[in-house]
Amino acid sequence: MCTFLGKRTLQTIPLLFVISAVVFLLIHAAPGGPLAIYLSNPNVRPEDIERLRRALGLDRPLWQQYWSWLAAFTRGDWGYSFSDGRLVASRILERVPASLELVGTSILVALALTLPVGIVAGVQRGRWFDRITTSAAVAGISLPAFWFGLLLQIVFASALGWLPSSGRTSPGMALSGAGTMGGVTDHVRHLLLPVTVLGVVQAAAWSRYLRASMIETLAQPFVLAAHARGLPMRDVVMRHALRHAIGSVLAIVMVDAALLVSGAVMTESVFAWPGLGSLFTEALARRDYSVLMALLMLTSTAIVVFNVAADALHAIVDPRIAR
Amino acid sequence: MRLPALVLASLVGAAFAAPAIVRYPPDHLDLDARRQPPSAAHWFGTDDLGRDVVARVLYGARVSLGVGLLSAAVAGISGTGIGGVAGYAGGALDAVLMRGTDAMLAVPRLPLLMIAASILQPTVGVLVVLIGLAGWMETARVLRAEFMTLRTRGFVESARAAGAGHARLVMVHLLPNAAHALIVSVTLAVARGILLESALSFFGVGVRPPQASWGNMLYQAQSSLTTEPWLAVAPGLFILITTWSVNLVGDGLSRSRSSQP
Repeated sequence: MCTFLGKRTLQTIPLLFVISAVVFLLIHAAPGGPLAIYLSNPNVRPEDIERLRRALGLDRPLWQQYWSWLAAFTRGDWGYSFSDGRLVASRILERVPASLELVGTSILVALALTLPVGIVAGVQRGRWFDRITTSAAVAGISLPAFWFGLLLQIVFASALGWLPSSGRTSPGMALSGAGTMGGVTDHVRHLLLPVTVLGVVQAAAWSRYLRASMIETLAQPFVLAAHARGLPMRDVVMRHALRHAIGSVLAIVMVDAALLVSGAVMTESVFAWPGLGSLFTEALARRDYSVLMALLMLTSTAIVVFNVAADALHAIVDPRIAR
Repeated sequence: MRLPALVLASLVGAAFAAPAIVRYPPDHLDLDARRQPPSAAHWFGTDDLGRDVVARVLYGARVSLGVGLLSAAVAGISGTGIGGVAGYAGGALDAVLMRGTDAMLAVPRLPLLMIAASILQPTVGVLVVLIGLAGWMETARVLRAEFMTLRTRGFVESARAAGAGHARLVMVHLLPNAAHALIVSVTLAVARGILLESALSFFGVGVRPPQASWGNMLYQAQSSLTTEPWLAVAPGLFILITTWSVNLVGDGLSRSRSSQP
């Protein structure tokens, strides 16, 4: 078990090197390079740009720049934002709570949908419940998340007026409503629509995996043996089959959880949710490369780390994996 | 699988025959009929410049379907190349190529494409290549796995023993037997390509106005959601119907193989 995890961890090191090189080259291959934002500004003189280029070390060979960037990045020194001069790290950190709140709630909602749908559809394979949910799941993975968000805004915010269309709190509520019942309600009302989008789209993908995994498990001899011992259907499914079927699905859930933080780019932008996804679109609009590079590196690293964690989880649920 | 295939065929047909079907050109401005809700004259209404939404959706279908199909072709070809070499050669080359594939899979696709598209300001052709190059990893993995198992099968070994060269082994023995898995994976890449194009255009870095694509029509609709909600309905519905049909066809294709002996 430990050697398995040690090996998987060591394998991620070259992977992270390749990823960092991809991210670095992408930014530096851009016309105008990282200073593109100043090139288009008529108030910045060419000699200023040249001075800036030297000050930032952009006149050095590419591999030296890459090395010093990587060294600084691993030390936690992510530089300053090009658009407002603040520390990249603090700009990112201040968005983390909103992102975690949105993604965490969405994962819970998605799991609450996935578990019953995936289990029942797998057990009742081919019956009406399975057919309806399977088609719905294909529709769900085909659904453009941003359009789903726009539709919810049209219906629930603009036509019916039941829910706020965007933001995390109502204006004024952030101060006066903090900690009060009204503040909490306001917060939940803002969460409802974006969480519906992310929750439904994720549940569509996950329930397909769980259904397939359930069907595969139910065909195994040990399930037949449980039936033969006279266990009620409920116990066979929930105690024996589910324990076996859930391992691979949980691994996928973990990896997707890391992806969700960046995959929420569309949903956060539609609902003006002040998380990391919105920070990304804002930084992109301003060509704020230091923020973009840090965000891309962080999410990629998170995905790699979550991949290893998912393997670990999978190995705990099913120890054969580690061998 | 038949119904979604039929839906797809009629969508492609309608996109081709767009000039014969629509009553207004997609860039026809009618300033007396701006912001009209759906009516007999304009089935899906008109936008802020009085352009007919039906016409724009059908002309947009040419762009969206074209980008989806061609980007899947780019993804399929590059994925076949990389996965094929890795699976056939094995050893160190395989290890290097697969670590690269893992690395690409770990970088979130949409943000990466958004950065690349905002830097390059691509034409539709360049957009096809970008989306295709961001989507080769799945195909590469599928093809590598197929080649790895096929390589050890008896008929391939006997062909090698009979003196077949690398090119003949790959083209005659390996590729045709991996074709089914390849087709399924490219089908899924079509749906992904259409969704990615619409997302990029929705963020204003994909297909640029005045050329219509389903994604940039939604981008435009977002600014007048409360006053002209109908502008957001038709383009999104077409994206959903198309990707849903493509995914159903892909599911049907992969099932048709597992039912084979």
